Amino acid sequence: MAARAAFPAGLVLDAHKRQASAAPIVELPPPMRVVLALDQGTGYAAEPVVAVGEAVATGTPVARTDHPFASALHAPFAGTVVAIEARAAAVAGGRCVCVVIEGNGSDRIDDGVRPVADPGSLSPEELARRLRDAGIAGLGGAGFPTATKLASARDRRAQTLLLNGAECEPWICCDDALMRSAADDVVLGALILRRAAGAVRCIVAIEDDKPAAIAAVTGAVERLGDAALTLVVVPAVYPQGAERQLITTVMGVEVPAGGLPADAGVICQNVATAAAVARWAARGEPLLSRVVTVTGSGVERPCNVRAPIGTPLAALIAAAGGYRDTPLRLIAGGNMTGRALPSDEIGLTKAINCVLVATRDDLGPRLDATELPCIRCGDCANVCPAGLLPQQLHRAVLADAQDALRQLGLRECIDCGLCDYVCPSQIPLTDRFRGAKHRLDAAEATARKAADARERHELRTRRLQDAATAAQQTFESVRDRARTPGSNAAGGTD
Amino acid sequence: MRFDTSPAPHVIAGYTVPRVMFQVLFALVPAGIAHVALFGPGLLLQLSVACVTAVLAEAAALRWRGRDAAPALRDGSVLVTAFLLAFSIPPLLPWWLGALGTALAVLLGKHAFGGLGQNPFNPAMVGYAILLVSFPAEMTRWPVPMDVDGVHTWPELARMSFAGFYGADLTTRWDGYTGATALDSIRSGLGLRYTLPELLGRGDIAGTLGARGFGWINLAALAGGLYLMIRGIVRWHIPVAVLGGLLVPSLIAHGLDSGIALGPTMQAFSGATMLTAFFIATDPVSAATSDRGRLWYGAGIGLIAWIIRTWGGYPDGFAFAVLLMNLAVPFIDRYTVPRIYGRQA
Repeated sequence: MAARAAFPAGLVLDAHKRQASAAPIVELPPPMRVVLALDQGTGYAAEPVVAVGEAVATGTPVARTDHPFASALHAPFAGTVVAIEARAAAVAGGRCVCVVIEGNGSDRIDDGVRPVADPGSLSPEELARRLRDAGIAGLGGAGFPTATKLASARDRRAQTLLLNGAECEPWICCDDALMRSAADDVVLGALILRRAAGAVRCIVAIEDDKPAAIAAVTGAVERLGDAALTLVVVPAVYPQGAERQLITTVMGVEVPAGGLPADAGVICQNVATAAAVARWAARGEPLLSRVVTVTGSGVERPCNVRAPIGTPLAALIAAAGGYRDTPLRLIAGGNMTGRALPSDEIGLTKAINCVLVATRDDLGPRLDATELPCIRCGDCANVCPAGLLPQQLHRAVLADAQDALRQLGLRECIDCGLCDYVCPSQIPLTDRFRGAKHRLDAAEATARKAADARERHELRTRRLQDAATAAQQTFESVRDRARTPGSNAAGGTD
Repeated sequence: MRFDTSPAPHVIAGYTVPRVMFQVLFALVPAGIAHVALFGPGLLLQLSVACVTAVLAEAAALRWRGRDAAPALRDGSVLVTAFLLAFSIPPLLPWWLGALGTALAVLLGKHAFGGLGQNPFNPAMVGYAILLVSFPAEMTRWPVPMDVDGVHTWPELARMSFAGFYGADLTTRWDGYTGATALDSIRSGLGLRYTLPELLGRGDIAGTLGARGFGWINLAALAGGLYLMIRGIVRWHIPVAVLGGLLVPSLIAHGLDSGIALGPTMQAFSGATMLTAFFIATDPVSAATSDRGRLWYGAGIGLIAWIIRTWGGYPDGFAFAVLLMNLAVPFIDRYTVPRIYGRQA
C-alpha cells in the first residue's frame, strides 16, 4: 500500500544516504570506556545507582529513574565505574553528569539479564514497566522513553501503533540498514509494542526511497505478522518522518494542536526501538547498544555501526576509517535538525542516530550566509510542514510579541529547518524560533507562578478577613448577650 | 578536536535575494528588446538615468540612516525598482523627470518606511504615480510605435532621447513624434461618442496583437514572466489573479456591449498589463503573504485597473490599482491566515 504525503508542503532534499548505506552494519568491538550521560538527550536525567570504583557486569543498572522523560541506563560491558562527573554531553546546555565505565575484558553478564519467558502473557502495564526498567527509549532521534508513550496510548485508548521507518532526514540511514538486516526483529518488536500500547493494529511506514528495506520488512511481516500488522510506503519528502506529519500521511488525521499523538488515536515508535524491544524479549538484554550512521565528507568510509551506548564518538569515527579533509562540524543527527557538538569525546546517547562529520563541501552556503532583511517572499510558508507563516512569526519574534507568537502557532513549529533552508535572505529562522519558544515557556512559567502567588495572597487575605469577621461576630454575640435584660454577665450601665 | 557548534539546520539552498533580483532583471530583457525595437533607444537612456539615480539615492538614504550601504547595494533590489520605473515611463520623457521619479521611489517609497522589506507600497509605483499626477501631459505622451509608420528613424529618435526635446520651440517637433497611447486614444474616442469597432478600425490604435506597439511589449513581458514562474521565482497566484481580475470583467462587459467595452485580448495586450501581472504586482514586499491572500490581492489589482480603464480619469490605471491594493494588504493578510496544522479551520 502506498500513501500520498498529506501534510502541508515539505521539500525533497538531497538524500546523501548512499555513502553510508551500501556496506553492512559494522559491529564495533567494545571500546576501552563508555561515557553514559545521565540525560540521554531529553533534558531529564536519571539517578546514578553505582559508585565510583564499583564493579559492573554487562547489563548492570547504572542509573534508574521514575521520571517519565528520563531513561534508565545499564553498563554495556563488564568493568569498573571510574568516574561520575559533569562532562560535555549531547544535551541542551552542553554538559551533564556522566557515568564513566572502563571495561576489563570480562564477559560477565548481570544476573538480572534473562530472556523474557513469554512476553505475550504479560499484561500491557507489566510489559511497559519492564521496558522502562530495560531503559528502552525512542531510537529515532528523540530518546523519549518508550514506556511513557505506551502509557499515553493506554490512557487515551489509542488504537493504532505507527512504526516509523520513514527516516526522512538527509545523511541518516541507520534505520534503513537495520530494517534490511534485522527485519524480523522489527516485526517481533512491533507485535510486543502493539500489545504494550493496548493497540489493536500496527502500521509500519517506510519511505519509498528504501526499496530493500521495504522488501525485507514485507517478507518479515508475511512470515511473522498477522492481519493487524500492515506496511505502508510513504513518499520520500522531508519531513515525512516527523511524528505528526507521518501520522497525517498514513492515517489522514491531524494531531490536535497542543495535544499528543494519542489524542488522534495513534502512537509512534521508531523501527529501531521495536528491534531493541525484540532483543530485550529474546535475551533479556536492556538497551545497551544502537545502530548509528557515521557519515559525511569528513570521514574516510561512511558506514553504519552498532555501538554500545556511551561509546565516545571518536571511536565511532575511527570505525569509519577516521577523519579526512577538514572536518568543521561534528553533528549529532542529520544536517537539518542535528546538534553540532563541540568535541568527539562525547558519548553516544540513545537519541543519536547519526554522527555527521561535515566539511565545507557539506555545509556549503551555510558557512558564508549573510543575513539580509526579509523580503516577504513567502518561500518559507510554501515549505512549512506545519502550515505556519514563518515570516510573520519572525516579525513577532523580533518584536517579542508573545500573544502574536502564540496566535501564529509558534508552538506548532517542529524545528524542521525548512524555512531556513529556502530563505533567500538567509535568516536563521529556526534558531530564532527555538529561542522564542524558550522565552515563551519562561514567560508562561513566570505568569503561572505569579498567578499562584496572587491566588495564595488572595486566599490568605480572605482567610484573615473571615477570621476577623468571625471574631467580630463572636464579640458581638457575646456583647449582645451581655446586654440582654436578665443577663448578669456584664452588669448594666443603667 | 574542537568543532564549531552553530545551530541547525546545517545546510541551506543558497538561493539568495541578489540572485532573485538579478533573475527578475534578466527576465525583463525580452520586454526591453521589444520596447527599444518599437519606441527607439529612449528606454536605454531612462534605464541608465534610473539606475544611477537609484543607486545614489539608496546609498545616500543608507548613509543618512546610519546603515552600511554595501550589502544593501549588492542585493540588487534598488535596480529592480529602477528598471520597473524606467519601463513604465514614456521613453522620451525628459531625463530629469525619470531621475526625480526614481529618487522619490527610493527615498519616499522605500527608505522612508525603513528600507528593503519594510515598504508597504511598491516603490516604483510610488515614483510613477507621483510623476503621473504631477506631470500628466509629459507622462502620457509616448512615441508613435515603429511598426506602423516609418515617419521617424532610429538616429532621429536617438538624438531626441539624448539631446532632450523639452522647451517651447521643441514642442511642435515633439508632437510629430509622440502621441497618446492606444488606451488613451480609445478613452478619448469613446468620450467623443465613437464606437469601439470604429476606433479599432482606424489603424493607429490596434496592432497585430492587442494595442499597437504595446501588444509586442506585453507579449515579451509575458515571456519573461513565464520564465520567472518556471524558475520558481514568481508563483502563479498573483499573475493569474491579476489577469483574471482584469479579463473576467472585461469579458463580461465586452459580451454585454462590444460597442464600448474592450475585449479581453485588447485588455491583456495593452498598457502595462503583463508588466504589472508578472513584475510589479509580484513584488513580495508589498504583496499579501499567503497564497489565498495573494489571489485576493491580485484579483483586486486587476479589477481596479479594469474599473479605472473603463470609467476612470486615467487611460491605464495599473499603478493606482497596485498602490490601492498595497493599502489593503494588512487587511487581506489578517483574514487569509492559512490554517495551522492541528488547529480547527
